[in-house]
Amino acid sequence: MPYIPLRQMQVNQAGIITGIKARGELGTRLRDMGLVPGKEIRIQGKAPLYDPVSLRIMGFTLTLRNNEADHILVEVT
Amino acid sequence: MGISIALAGNPNSGKTTLFNVLTGARQHVGNYPGVTVEKKQGQCVSGTDEFHVVDLPGTYSLSAYSLEEVVARDFIVKEQPAMVVNIVDASNLERNLYLTLQFMEMGTPVCIALNMMDVAKKRGIGIDTEKLSALLGVPVVPMVARTGKGRDDLLKTVADHAKIRTKSLKISYGRDIDQTLDEMVEKISSEKFLTEKYLPRWVALKYLENDVQILEMGKEANSQMDAWLSSKARKLAHHLDTTLDTHPEGMIADQRYGFITSIFKQGVMTCTRDKNRMETSDKIDKIVTHRFLGPMLMVAVLMGLYQFTFAYSAVPVEWCENVFAWLGGRVDSLFSDGLLKSLVISGIIDGVGGVLGFVPLIMFMFLGISFLEDSGYLARMAFMLDRVFRLFGLHGASVMAFIVSGGIAGGCAVPGVMAARTLKSPKERLATLLTVPFMNCGAKLPVYALLVAAFFSENQARVMLVITLISWLGALLVAKLLRSTLIQGPATPFVMELPPYRLPTFKGLAIHTWERTWQYIKKAGTVILGISIILWAMMTFPRLDHSQMGDPVQAGTRQAAAQTAGEAHVDQASAALRHSIAGRMGTALEPVTRLAGFDWQTNIALVGGFAAKEVVVSTLGTAYSLGDVDPEDAGSLSERLQSSPGWGPITAFSLILFTIFYSPCFVAVVCIAKEAGSWKWGAFSMAFNTLLALGVSILFFQTATWIMA
Repeated sequence: MPYIPLRQMQVNQAGIITGIKARGELGTRLRDMGLVPGKEIRIQGKAPLYDPVSLRIMGFTLTLRNNEADHILVEVT
Repeated sequence: MGISIALAGNPNSGKTTLFNVLTGARQHVGNYPGVTVEKKQGQCVSGTDEFHVVDLPGTYSLSAYSLEEVVARDFIVKEQPAMVVNIVDASNLERNLYLTLQFMEMGTPVCIALNMMDVAKKRGIGIDTEKLSALLGVPVVPMVARTGKGRDDLLKTVADHAKIRTKSLKISYGRDIDQTLDEMVEKISSEKFLTEKYLPRWVALKYLENDVQILEMGKEANSQMDAWLSSKARKLAHHLDTTLDTHPEGMIADQRYGFITSIFKQGVMTCTRDKNRMETSDKIDKIVTHRFLGPMLMVAVLMGLYQFTFAYSAVPVEWCENVFAWLGGRVDSLFSDGLLKSLVISGIIDGVGGVLGFVPLIMFMFLGISFLEDSGYLARMAFMLDRVFRLFGLHGASVMAFIVSGGIAGGCAVPGVMAARTLKSPKERLATLLTVPFMNCGAKLPVYALLVAAFFSENQARVMLVITLISWLGALLVAKLLRSTLIQGPATPFVMELPPYRLPTFKGLAIHTWERTWQYIKKAGTVILGISIILWAMMTFPRLDHSQMGDPVQAGTRQAAAQTAGEAHVDQASAALRHSIAGRMGTALEPVTRLAGFDWQTNIALVGGFAAKEVVVSTLGTAYSLGDVDPEDAGSLSERLQSSPGWGPITAFSLILFTIFYSPCFVAVVCIAKEAGSWKWGAFSMAFNTLLALGVSILFFQTATWIMA
């Protein structure tokens, strides 16, 4: 499967993070919350206006804005 | 003195609960020096040992990007606590340990309080605490903070291990980084660069992570070393960029998680259930954040919060008012007429009453909001509304502050400003603080009611709706303006946890509410009393002397022949008000405010409105020589305005616009200054809002008169 940005994932789709493109504060924040390569994620839901998105990682739920999700590459499983 | 403990951990890991369990009622709240981050500390005793506990801000990491994280690590370095008790959520172990590793890398003694063992067990997660302790090299104490289980074990472990200096943790970051780190460490050690405070390896790591705080410190301490380390870091960054398409900062974080994974691989955790199984929380979320049901439920919750804050606090607010009215009455009958009586009644009693009158409101508001926050619903609300509020440079969680301030007409900006505390992003928070006063608080309503009844009696409901819409639109647009000028900068990342739903404990709610309320009384109270006396003086001095006052009978004859002495007294009050500082200000400003349609009487009333917005009505009554006007029943004033020259629907709406936008009352100003951490922002909100209001009113008045002509 090809790598796609997290933004393009559908609800209930799962995948493995392959890369984080963001640097600086955003890059650090994403990693602090466990969004690092190799972690498995599953899209949990989207807000009523389809942004932000909530996802499941390491057993907890995390929310991200779509423009932040753009920086995360995922291999869909 | 006892053993000093710093309590650290992720938000939502039960840190506050543990702090309450440890210290009980023996705690006090303040701020870390120089910043607005809250610092809670307390004492506790177990057996023969005494402990001094400091609650560090809840953080996910120890970077230099947020104030909370800098405060946490500065505390460790400066205060050197005997032990960092790191509370870790057992049901969310992997991510929680990320912070633990960073404390261990700093070389500070760490003890893990493995909280929520019950939740983990329910989810089928088993943790081998002995193995975890052995692999990490730090004591691990399982506990359930909610029930207090494990408290004594934890304190005993802390007492046993506090004296032992452990070796700092050294994680391998891969060959490239390790090599550079080793070189850097050698030079840092031999040059004693920042080593009186930090471990050499930690300093080197921070140089690789591009940590602004340490880089600045380093530059100041030894610019030569700083340059050498920076060039080393740059070289490594370039190397990683070209060979692995990554950068040191990212790689270090990845390796920390890698280290945690390697521990997990050795069988620390067993999971007997399917990882992807829907937890109860997820099921609730399916409904609560549903595309259609979610927003509907949110409206209901907001209405409920509003009802709870304002309807249920009405009774205690009334008690407060009655007590102060009774006090005023006592003073009235005890003192003879004169300055002292006026000072005691209008300055002191009304001032203290003003401060304490807000207390029930603030208590109910914090009780409601704490419940929403602790239960986890607040995060869902922010999640659903973020898209809308982000357009204006705000945060999803801003909605709470807007609603409480009067987003639904009738709120109050004072608890609204304090509700902005739930916002964790500094820029969004400041923009929220500065725009919530535009909402229609309960004190502005009598002003609107007066004007609407007098000039728009046919479309009362419609005009009130327009007023509400204008204040929302104004607030959001000003927020956008501020965020693209004075409080510029990209949106703070929304990377946020949606914590599992939990039923808040009563004890937690009570402590939280009381703390906040007491802070308001202590911090804002004294300032507010002072300002209320100043305002009293402005409306009283300089006084008319006897020659200016004239004989009441004479003044009477100047007017219509059949005037009674009582009416003359009222004329005198109007003259005295005009003679006071406030009156002179009102008169002096008339040339400008004429452009918006306001005469000097209105100006004085607006100056009085700085004390509390409903004062506009009563002051207008005095200025128009009507004597005491009850803000709740201003029929006579409304007739008087209708028949006054210069008053009409245009002037009235111009005044409505001014009332929406002009300076918050001083209680709100004091709260804004306290919450923003600087008087500068309090002064800004006074000046900026008043100028904005004047601009909007003049624009409206001039355009409307031009069109009508």
